[in-house]
Amino acid sequence: MLIVPCPHCGDRPEIEFRYAGPAHIERAQRPAELSDEDWASYLYLRDNPKGLHFERWRHIHGCGRFFNAARDTVSDRFVASYKAGQKRPEIPR
Amino acid sequence: MTPFRTPAGGRIDRGKPIRFTFDGMAYTGQAGDTLASALLANGVHLVGRSFKYHRPRGIVAAGAEEPNALVTVDRGGGREVPNLRATQVEIYEGLTAISQNRWPSLKRDLGAVNDLLSPLFPAGFYYKTFKWPRSFWAKVYEPAIRRSAGLGRAPKAPDPDRYAQLYAHCDVLVIGGGPTGIAAALAAAEAGARVILCDEQPEFGGSLLHDPGATIDGKAATEWIAESLAALGRRDAVVLPRTTGFGYFAHNFVGLAERITDHLAAPGARQPRERLWQVRAKEVVLAAGAIERPLAFPQNDRPGIMLAEAARTYLNRYGVRPGTRAVVITDGDSAYRAALDLAAAGIAIAAIADTRAAPPGPLVDAARAAGIVVHPATTIIGTEGRRRVHSARLAPVGGGPEDHVSCDLILMSGGWTPAVHLFSQSRGKLRYDEALGAFVPGTSAQRERSAGGCRGTYELDACIGEGHAAGREAAAAARRSPAVSATVSGDAPAAPLPGGERSSQPGDAERGRDVAGEGALPRRKIPKRAFVDFQNDVTVKDLALALREGFRSIEHVKRYTTTGMATDQGKTSNMTALEFVATSLGKAVPAVGTTTFRQPYTPVTFGVIAGAARGDLFEPVRRTPIHSWAAENGAVFEDVGLWKRAWYFPKAGEDMHEAVARECRAVREGAGIFDASTLGKIEVVGPDAAEFMNRLYTNAWTKLEPGRCRYGLMLTEAGFIMDDGVVGRLAPDRFHVTTTTGGAPRVLHHMEDYLQTEFPDLKVWLTSTTEQWAVIAVQGPKARDVIVSLVDGIDIARDAMPHMSVRLGKVAGVPARLFRVSFTGELGFEINVPARHGRAVWEAVHAAGQAHGIAPYGTETMHVLRAEKGYIIVGQESDGTVIPADLGLDGMIGKTKPDFVGKRSLARPDMQLADRKQLVGLLATDPKVTLEEGAQVVEDPNAPVPMRMLGHVTSSYASAALGRSIALALVSGGRARKGMKLFVPALDGTAQEATVTDPVFYDPEGKRLDG
Repeated sequence: MLIVPCPHCGDRPEIEFRYAGPAHIERAQRPAELSDEDWASYLYLRDNPKGLHFERWRHIHGCGRFFNAARDTVSDRFVASYKAGQKRPEIPR
Repeated sequence: MTPFRTPAGGRIDRGKPIRFTFDGMAYTGQAGDTLASALLANGVHLVGRSFKYHRPRGIVAAGAEEPNALVTVDRGGGREVPNLRATQVEIYEGLTAISQNRWPSLKRDLGAVNDLLSPLFPAGFYYKTFKWPRSFWAKVYEPAIRRSAGLGRAPKAPDPDRYAQLYAHCDVLVIGGGPTGIAAALAAAEAGARVILCDEQPEFGGSLLHDPGATIDGKAATEWIAESLAALGRRDAVVLPRTTGFGYFAHNFVGLAERITDHLAAPGARQPRERLWQVRAKEVVLAAGAIERPLAFPQNDRPGIMLAEAARTYLNRYGVRPGTRAVVITDGDSAYRAALDLAAAGIAIAAIADTRAAPPGPLVDAARAAGIVVHPATTIIGTEGRRRVHSARLAPVGGGPEDHVSCDLILMSGGWTPAVHLFSQSRGKLRYDEALGAFVPGTSAQRERSAGGCRGTYELDACIGEGHAAGREAAAAARRSPAVSATVSGDAPAAPLPGGERSSQPGDAERGRDVAGEGALPRRKIPKRAFVDFQNDVTVKDLALALREGFRSIEHVKRYTTTGMATDQGKTSNMTALEFVATSLGKAVPAVGTTTFRQPYTPVTFGVIAGAARGDLFEPVRRTPIHSWAAENGAVFEDVGLWKRAWYFPKAGEDMHEAVARECRAVREGAGIFDASTLGKIEVVGPDAAEFMNRLYTNAWTKLEPGRCRYGLMLTEAGFIMDDGVVGRLAPDRFHVTTTTGGAPRVLHHMEDYLQTEFPDLKVWLTSTTEQWAVIAVQGPKARDVIVSLVDGIDIARDAMPHMSVRLGKVAGVPARLFRVSFTGELGFEINVPARHGRAVWEAVHAAGQAHGIAPYGTETMHVLRAEKGYIIVGQESDGTVIPADLGLDGMIGKTKPDFVGKRSLARPDMQLADRKQLVGLLATDPKVTLEEGAQVVEDPNAPVPMRMLGHVTSSYASAALGRSIALALVSGGRARKGMKLFVPALDGTAQEATVTDPVFYDPEGKRLDG
């Protein structure tokens, strides 16, 4: 069980959280203007990186807030966590 | 005393005899015995039959690695545990142990015919043998294989025991209570760390317990152990015997299984059987020790053939002579210690066969000085003896004349394997140490360090030194970094530990050793019946066959031969198999690699994992405020998610069908009352509430006036129907949203997601109110008449309160949100009152309805009534691939809205196809036949299989109002098929003919809603 760093509440056990998929996949302001291909890619195409991964979590049994975290998918180490809406931090590889 | 007990010595309590039975025979052991040591003390070596060939098997080891001696312990009353290692079962008065995998008895086992037929069962035989006829697999081969394979039987009765679980936090967790672990725990505690020390055995001390001559800091080992444990106690360390560290998970989360009562003859009534410790440790010290390797020589599996160190353990720790005349076969020094100890206890050592050309060193000299014959460059090429070994065949390593040596005990030692299981589970990278001929911990992935035997350090002084250093450094590291997650370092090198020269075995220091290769295996040909994995009956020949058939990856060889895949996970076999594969392929061992270690280290009970989560506590039960009334009035309940819902209310003598038909008639002809409290409810509030609703639901909300309701449809971003429900606008900035019973948490999560991350500019607040409101549905042409006298402050007249409206007022004196809505097609109201008033208001409505023949109805009637009207249920008429148009719900889409979640997806080409599955009605040609829900719909039931499936039946009921069966179905291009006859095949090969119709069967004009 992971220890997940909530940027609002601090480190908490994984059972308090719900994973919410990759982060920084922005919904278009006007989806109608997107081509079918671009929209399908927004809906379905996701990277599955080995190593650094930016992802969304929700502290659903805590503060209830969605936030973003950067986790190494190999070591499960969290290298950063930050509030929803904040820019993706630069993380030296 | 029993025949093979020594006159003195060992750690058993000779003053406390303990009676037990094995396969119904009564024996006596002493307090402190394991089942294995007690059986050996009674001269019992045959303890089991092997997995595949049913070969007689004896005790090989003295600890967790035991592959053969698996027994079932039956405490009665459902307390039956199979596959326990006799080497770890502590005996108690009245212990009942039973051998496994034999019939009718251990000595005369009919399955032993498999051994004669063994040429028929090479590796992978079932892949090759049971291929045809295909139909035989499920009915003949699989049941037969399942009957004959396997070890112990799973118990059938429910487990009556109680299991506890707890979370614990500490600075330093030390796993393994041998000399290294004790030293580590002591050093960490003295440095001020909060320490947990655990060991799987009842007694701390590990290898010291069978090494009576050992001294530490000038003290006898036992004295040092006692003083150290006392010091740990003074420093409030948690010291847990009989506790296995079985799993190392992410972020230093470690599972410990503590066995509390299994060793007691009469456990206390309040004691749990086991306790699961879920430990989050800042630092972990692994001190799990090492496991001796068997040698893979022909017929190496006879009872009486055991690991050299195990024999030493039985002698020194348990005061048991495991035989009278022993042959030792070894490729290293440590077996000489066993030989010397056994010789000193009066056991004749017939010979030591050492595969090394010129075994050097003080232990060898000591053996010779003790008069033991040492044959260098000698190997063992076979053994004899069916139920107990009676002779060994020795021969020079390079070939030459054989020497038959009679014996009743063969001690084997193929070197040592560090127990790196937990390190590997922690995702640490193993490193192959050429000098040791073993994998040792390499790069750490988590905050742990290994010390002692599990790191390949075997000399006692070095182990103590490493333990101290590891404990001290772990305590310091725990102080430095309080948080676990953010500071886990993926590439922290293992701490440099003192330890001096590495040696592959106790006694091997400063000498190179021929550690690679197959030890005692003759190189020229593949030996017969040379077992590598005793528990899964895998021989060297099986491995050779796998390689000959082209398997190269060790992972494939493992799965094909099943080596290392039994309940012992290859503790004694993996390295032997790996070295054979590497040698055969002409590769270095690290180039072949090792298989992955998995949790648990040794099997753990389901009970300790489940803990209290069983029976009534398996999952929470949700009951509505009206539940008690329904129960008192004879309702039959059904589970809907976690909810208990009233299914139907049978009167005396009624079956379900009759009860539902009566309830349906009551609603259609008079009035019914229904508990809808489980509906999900979300209060959407704020200046931007309407805009938020516009974006989350397909419908247009801006123009919906306060006091009016709308049926809302929610899509996923991919355009598929996610949820639905009636939404009432209470004020310009306030919506009362209802969801499906099962969908409430999902919908709220979805709303929060968009609100927090996509539309954070909107000023909206979302509150789950599901549990706050009791909802009483009153449905039927007399619904208004029923409630009119109870309603206060609301004009509920036909035109004053039209269909799909909501009003605030009082019902039965209680503040209420009164909705005029219908899920039956009849005039209907839903009374929302605060949950605590739910039952009182329900009773008031029920009483007021008596004059109008009101009947309580359950979910089954609700389903029938809505199906008669073609109203969908999300999750029944939809399945995650259904869009609004498929269900004829395009009218729910706000055409002028520029965007809502899912809108763009509805414009994708696939959503426009004419052959999409569409909701239709299906009327079986035989009106008495109720079609099977979930059954496929086809054009021609006689078409060759596989025939084309057009869709499936989604809902199907007997309709009282229509006097016949009705069904809803999703059918490809269904709306264009109206009037056509299709077929619904059943599992028995028959097919029902049915006609495609409109999905609204009853009151298609909807006049009754306006009643």
